[in-house]
Amino acid sequence: MSDITANTSVPRSAPRREAPVATTGALAWLRANLFSGWLSTAVTLALGYLIVRAVMGLVDWAFINAIWSVPIAPNGQAQTQACRELQGSGACWAVVTEKHRFMLFGTYPYEQHWRPALVCVLFVGLYVVSAMRRFWNWTLVPIWMGTLTVIGILMWGGVFGLPYVPQERWGGLPITLILATFGLAFAFPLSILVALGRRSNLPAIKVLCVLYVELIRGVPLISLLFMASVMFPLFLPEGMNIDKLLRAQIAFILFAGAYLAEVVRAGLQGLPKGQYEAADAMGLSYWQKTGLIILPQALRMVIPPLVNTFIGFFKDTSLVLIIGIFDLLTAGKTAIVEPAWQGFGVEVYVFVGLIYLVFCFAMSKYSAGLEADLNKHRRR
Amino acid sequence: MSDATADPRYRRKPPKRPLRLSWADERVRGIVWQIVVVGIVGSIIWWLWSNTVHNLEVRRIATGFGFLQREAGLPIAESVIRYDPTDTYLRALTVGVLNTLKVSLIGIVLATILGTLIGIARLSKNYLVAKLAAFYVEVIRDLPLLLQLLFWYTIMQGFPGPRQALNPVEGVFLSNRGLKFPALVWESAHTAALLAFLAGIVLTWLYARAARARQMADGQPRKVWPAAVALLIGLPLLVWQVMGAPWQIDWPALRGFNFQGGMTMSPEYAALLIGLVTYTAGFIAEVVRAGILSVNQGQWEAAQALGLRHGQVLRLIVMPQALRVIIPPMTSNYLNLTKNSSLAVAIGYQDIVSIANTTLNQTGQAIEGIAIIMMVYLTISLSISLFMNWYNAKIALVER
Repeated sequence: MSDITANTSVPRSAPRREAPVATTGALAWLRANLFSGWLSTAVTLALGYLIVRAVMGLVDWAFINAIWSVPIAPNGQAQTQACRELQGSGACWAVVTEKHRFMLFGTYPYEQHWRPALVCVLFVGLYVVSAMRRFWNWTLVPIWMGTLTVIGILMWGGVFGLPYVPQERWGGLPITLILATFGLAFAFPLSILVALGRRSNLPAIKVLCVLYVELIRGVPLISLLFMASVMFPLFLPEGMNIDKLLRAQIAFILFAGAYLAEVVRAGLQGLPKGQYEAADAMGLSYWQKTGLIILPQALRMVIPPLVNTFIGFFKDTSLVLIIGIFDLLTAGKTAIVEPAWQGFGVEVYVFVGLIYLVFCFAMSKYSAGLEADLNKHRRR
Repeated sequence: MSDATADPRYRRKPPKRPLRLSWADERVRGIVWQIVVVGIVGSIIWWLWSNTVHNLEVRRIATGFGFLQREAGLPIAESVIRYDPTDTYLRALTVGVLNTLKVSLIGIVLATILGTLIGIARLSKNYLVAKLAAFYVEVIRDLPLLLQLLFWYTIMQGFPGPRQALNPVEGVFLSNRGLKFPALVWESAHTAALLAFLAGIVLTWLYARAARARQMADGQPRKVWPAAVALLIGLPLLVWQVMGAPWQIDWPALRGFNFQGGMTMSPEYAALLIGLVTYTAGFIAEVVRAGILSVNQGQWEAAQALGLRHGQVLRLIVMPQALRVIIPPMTSNYLNLTKNSSLAVAIGYQDIVSIANTTLNQTGQAIEGIAIIMMVYLTISLSISLFMNWYNAKIALVER
């Protein structure tokens, strides 16, 4: 054996060649994703041209031709002639510069604006803490209660040397966040009860829950808000009156409760039957079974659709505009009622839209990340 | 499944336990809980009801739907049927319902088309197309619809007045009074032609079904399109020709400060329609994308192996399977669009909510007004879901 190997030379491999340029790297990516055929190439070129045109137009409008501030006359009137002369070729961001405090905080006393600003920060902090999985246990309850109390104190004032601010003067972003947060805080427990009731085998309870969910889901939110604004006063005994914001809040809770209940119900249905039977076999009572075995698993399964429902609900708070509650969108719409600023709606709606976009985009990215994370065990 | 219960031992009902009057008995607890819950809900409703009755007496508001026969006296800018402010409230509300249906039905059709295109575009192999579609979906879904409606309405109002109206094509004017376009002067011949066209659709469908049945029998594909062209285009044309071929166009023209003649699409309607369609299309796109992704990759490969082109694979193999996943969430998107059309009240399009709201402000009949709004939407919602459930049952996978 050894003499054979000694005489034959080991075959050397051919010199290593690079893969053809067209199959690797950026060029290949371009070929595969942008220019894979004549149709694809045509679409890419046409779309690319349109996108470049649109982006250039947008940059021109939003930055190059834009006006960021206008002089204010001694009588407090804004001099918007410069903006009007643009005739739509540039944005008049001066309306945002001038009115952003009003849009964010409404008619809240000007020198006290740090309070609603702090409230917004607290709300965001609350959302961030609630989003962290480390806190998904009972500690969330005292955290929520504490934060909401502090928020109440900050908004109303009247204690700790803070001047009292009546609720009629609240407005802007805090109202949007209050409606959304309190709405969810109350609607979520309600929805769990309704979802459990709908799957209950007690006929009377089941019928009540089905009626509630289907009636609410069959009508638009506006009709509920109208009901809250014109019919609630008739429902209550004479002399007893609850204010507009609270009435809208109740309508929101009823509305969100019905939608969330359906999401929770999906989770309850998705849980394998064995879990229910095993809990029964352990001799747990109904509430022990539900609280210890069923809900922790069922809710975890439906977190992504729950967050999506939260996003929809956050957007829907803007509907209070129609019954005249001063939320972020109403404040934006009111800001351009003043004659000097009439006609600059696009700028204002872009500004307000960006705020909504930041909140909703954060929630939807969080939901997508969570979904990927919770489905890890399913991926092969 | 059924053979497990075929054994008579399993089919026997469990023996009936006598009802013990004790808290330990599950059935007794169930009955007590139901009585308690129904009692609480019932007493809350009764309390609210008695308050309402008392309040109505104090405020001297007469209940009932008698006001529907009174003269409305409320002007309505656009209406499908003939309407005059001297008509009754009932007719005004009917106009509102028709306006709601007008925007919802057209919106559903357009949103389905746009949403399907965007959903497919998001799965495109072309990077630019896919990213653009994804960007559209992200942004449109993260902004409140009401904000978008106000935005579109602001844009509509930003167009120049009638005297400086944009005139992109001869006879079409775009101004802050809306979109004006030429209209056909409608005569009975046109109605007849339309009926002939509808008959043509039915006949084409029957013909296509017969052709398919014969293809199933002998394997020979038959051309359907010559018959379809004859039935869909030829038949209406023939009817129209026979009835004298009237063809008179009503051109819009500027007279004084406004336009005369032609058809109008009001800025309110246009803003509402654009807003609803673009918003709902974002959601429909996601539904369509999820549906297409749910079809097994092997189906694509098998279809390609049979030599079908990309479009054919999508149309003949993937879409019929994807539809099963798509239809249920599509139904809820249609329902959402219909319910969202109620936001019309914010930009002044007179749909049922807007007109019922004016009615209840004029007459003080708050309960009746809201009840009417709710009944209308419950009816529409129920009709759409019944139709979609029927369609869903039709395309559902038939298993053993």
